Amino acid sequence: MTVHPFAIELLQLLILIGLSPAFAGWVKVVKCRLQGRSAPGILQPYRDIRRLFIKDVVLAENASWIFRFTPYLAFGVTVLAGGIIPLVSVDLPLAATADIIALVMLFAIIRFFTALAGMDIGTAFGGMGASREMMISSLAEPAMLMAVFTVSLASSSTSLTQMVTTMGQGQFMIRPSLAFALIAFIMIALAETGRIPVDNPATHLELTMIHEAMILEYSGRYLALIEWAGMMKLMLFFSLGIAAFCPWGIAANGDLLALALGVAFFVLKLMLGGVIMVLIETGMAKMRIFRVSEYLGSAFLLATLGMMAFFILE
Amino acid sequence: MPPLDIACISILLLLSVVALSPLLSRRERLLIPTAFSLAALASFAAVLAGFLTIQQGLNSAATIPLGLPGLPFNIRLDPLAGFFLIVIGLLAGYVSIYSIGYLRAYPGRRPVTPLVLFYLLFLAGMLMVVLADDAYFFLLSWELMAAASYFLVMYEDEKAENRRAAYIYLLVAHVGAIAILLSFGLMAGLGSGFDRFDGYTFDAMRTARLAPGWAAAAFFLAFFGFSAKAGVIPLHVWLPEAHPVAPSNVSALMSGVMLKTSIYGMVRVAFDLLRDFPWWWGGIVLAFGLLSAVLGVLYALMQHDLKRLLAYHSVENIGIILMGLGLAMIFTSFHFPALAALALVAALYHTLNHALFKGLLFMGAGAVIHATRERNMEEMGGLIHKLPWTAALFLVGCVSISGLPPFNGFVSEWLTFQAFLLSPALPHPLLRLLVPLGAALLALTGALAAACFVKAFGVTFLGTWRGHRKASQIHEVGISMRLGMTLAAVSCLGLGVLPTYVIGWMDIIPERLFGGQIAASAGRFGWMWLTPYSYERASYSGPVVFGGILAVVAITYLLLHVRGTAIRRAPLWDCGFERITPRMQYTATAFAMPLRRVFGFLFAIREQVEIVSPQNHPVMADRFNYRLRIRDRFWNWLYTPLADGAFIVARLVGKLQQGRIQVYLLYSFVTLIVLLVFLG
Repeated sequence: MTVHPFAIELLQLLILIGLSPAFAGWVKVVKCRLQGRSAPGILQPYRDIRRLFIKDVVLAENASWIFRFTPYLAFGVTVLAGGIIPLVSVDLPLAATADIIALVMLFAIIRFFTALAGMDIGTAFGGMGASREMMISSLAEPAMLMAVFTVSLASSSTSLTQMVTTMGQGQFMIRPSLAFALIAFIMIALAETGRIPVDNPATHLELTMIHEAMILEYSGRYLALIEWAGMMKLMLFFSLGIAAFCPWGIAANGDLLALALGVAFFVLKLMLGGVIMVLIETGMAKMRIFRVSEYLGSAFLLATLGMMAFFILE
Repeated sequence: MPPLDIACISILLLLSVVALSPLLSRRERLLIPTAFSLAALASFAAVLAGFLTIQQGLNSAATIPLGLPGLPFNIRLDPLAGFFLIVIGLLAGYVSIYSIGYLRAYPGRRPVTPLVLFYLLFLAGMLMVVLADDAYFFLLSWELMAAASYFLVMYEDEKAENRRAAYIYLLVAHVGAIAILLSFGLMAGLGSGFDRFDGYTFDAMRTARLAPGWAAAAFFLAFFGFSAKAGVIPLHVWLPEAHPVAPSNVSALMSGVMLKTSIYGMVRVAFDLLRDFPWWWGGIVLAFGLLSAVLGVLYALMQHDLKRLLAYHSVENIGIILMGLGLAMIFTSFHFPALAALALVAALYHTLNHALFKGLLFMGAGAVIHATRERNMEEMGGLIHKLPWTAALFLVGCVSISGLPPFNGFVSEWLTFQAFLLSPALPHPLLRLLVPLGAALLALTGALAAACFVKAFGVTFLGTWRGHRKASQIHEVGISMRLGMTLAAVSCLGLGVLPTYVIGWMDIIPERLFGGQIAASAGRFGWMWLTPYSYERASYSGPVVFGGILAVVAITYLLLHVRGTAIRRAPLWDCGFERITPRMQYTATAFAMPLRRVFGFLFAIREQVEIVSPQNHPVMADRFNYRLRIRDRFWNWLYTPLADGAFIVARLVGKLQQGRIQVYLLYSFVTLIVLLVFLG
């Protein structure tokens, strides 16, 4: 029995929207266990979102429509991105909407508007967060592109489904270029999703926060949307990594069994990926903001090395 | 009516308005709407001419019996010229509509007639450049354009700053013009002999075959000359001086379309007149493109004058266009016509896009300056509440120039990325390794541009008002200014959402130039999907991105508003301080500080902090004075030595000037003898 591609698309979006808080909860639980604290439970993010949706909104007097529009935009763009990245199957009608470069740019829209929203209310924190976020992203983007380019060399395509198909169905071989690209990608993904060592999502300390500083003034449903979009973004970056570097197990067509297997593999890989991220986060300290340029510079260098390795070795 | 006639009528209309407008110089309130409506009409006629030319794939030429005896003007309208007619006409039309409202503040303060005159001449000059089919008419039009724009930059000539900017502009423009003249001279002379005049037509240059060395000399002279006009680094210094001081409608035209005439010149010389070239020409064009893009955007980040910031962004965008052009040249030289077509279409598409969004941004900056009488962003803030229309339209420009989907800047940058990523097809190992690094620099440029426009929009329009004037005195601009900006903004969105149409329609340009096509692959899956090379390679769908975002946003909004939740407005959280003042907001300088530290080595930065303390003790500081000066390094590296050198040479040569008639007679006598000896 086969499933219609549009149904798969819908399934993907449901997984993304429905499971991303659970994934964020999973990361939190693993982190607590690893650091010897008691965990709030995997369902805590759902409870947080629900609470925020029920609460009334308190809006700064000076806030303009940009401030109110940004949460919806962030949510909308993230959901759209979720329809493009192959999570459980490559048979997606929306997959051709954007290749991986366009996808990176989709995330850039969210960042652009979140930074503007940070500046909208006119506090020093908002501007500080916006300024730092834009600096980090402008250094991360070239590195990201180099990593993407190295991966795309193997399949000579920047289309994600094409990359997954070549990787998943081709012969397994160890490619040094991909190893470099993977390390670079992990480093950049940590920076782009605002995790330690670049940013700390758990802090509200004035001088160290970046992403939190921009959204400090949000409350109620706006905050819920932004937080939810943030959780989805974290999951999507993992999915992007899974699709680009280890897509094995993903469903190649709409076959029901393959699809079920695809979902199972996806959840397993996510859980494993979450553990790896927690290990990195627990093992490292947050770095000074001006060290980030060196950090991202080395990510860029690794990705470039990967590209050279492809041309020289493969 | 044939398109060539429409284009000629458009130019004639402009010139006749020039001739007639002095008659209305006493009634300027009537002159402004009349002249600019006619200018808009002429511009849209030029768009129509260009559109028909491309649509029908025409290539029509004519000879006008004007000019010197034996040297008539030749004009030609082919798809390439038609495309640039559209670029010029479209923005010029919007800006002319905008100008009706923009100039309304001037009558009574200063005479507007010269501005109207030179504006129209400038427009006519640009259209003529594109139509010219011989070196003589081309240079004549080129100079008309340069001279008219010089007077426009000089318009508010009571300020020393403006006179200086105009002087630098004129100087650079003429150094460039000399190089272009020499280049045409080489092509004409070496092609058909230095003793005849008939080599001056572009037709003669097309058939002439030059030795490789001379061809390179001709190309790089032309490249130098056009770069001076386009503001390619290191010839960009006039741009951030001239754009801010010109009236904003003029800056919109200069930055939006005048720079593009030099892109036209480069394409014409490389792909049409010379045609055969080795790959390293393209490599050099690409290298200058990368240099301009990265340095342009970094310098832009350091500015706090809104128009100066936009001027540096023009340098950046010209760089992006040159990347596409350079890649197209590299691909052509290795005989990959399809890839070259992709790169050229990316460059031309970005040319059109940049004209629209930069025109929009300059018009928006003009509206802001019009409303606040202020150019310094540090004295603005919170204008989104005062100028809601301008703010929304300016935001469209910001999103477009930052290369974010679904607007137009993204499409052309994405196409350039694709062209970069196809470089592994090249048979040259060094290029295969180095060219992709260019894509990383393009990504850096795009991300920095986004940072810069978060800064520009955030500091200007968001937060609270920082200025000295009362915020209540600021009002939204008039209807014609809003209309001009709205049209540009709608075009930006349209070109971003429906690129497949435009690319399919532009395809004839690369096909005529070097026989490469991309439309067949670009539009294979219908108008929704843009697949520039092949479906497996990469795809993008503007309509789905736009519609998808819109749909999810709408659904979320509706779902959340089923149950009415109240919004309570409250004062800002002030962290327990007594009150927050507008001075506590992040400024443009503060915003750029992290990037200034990361890329500081590229600038000449002088930073001073002075502690003012009545007790003369650093702990008891009363106030801090912070001074920051950032200069373009190229002034010190390149221009100051050049200027000093010119001065020394001038002083040496000046020794010839004795002021006595006997000495001068002696000079003439010696010259005569020398000439007789050599020629006799």
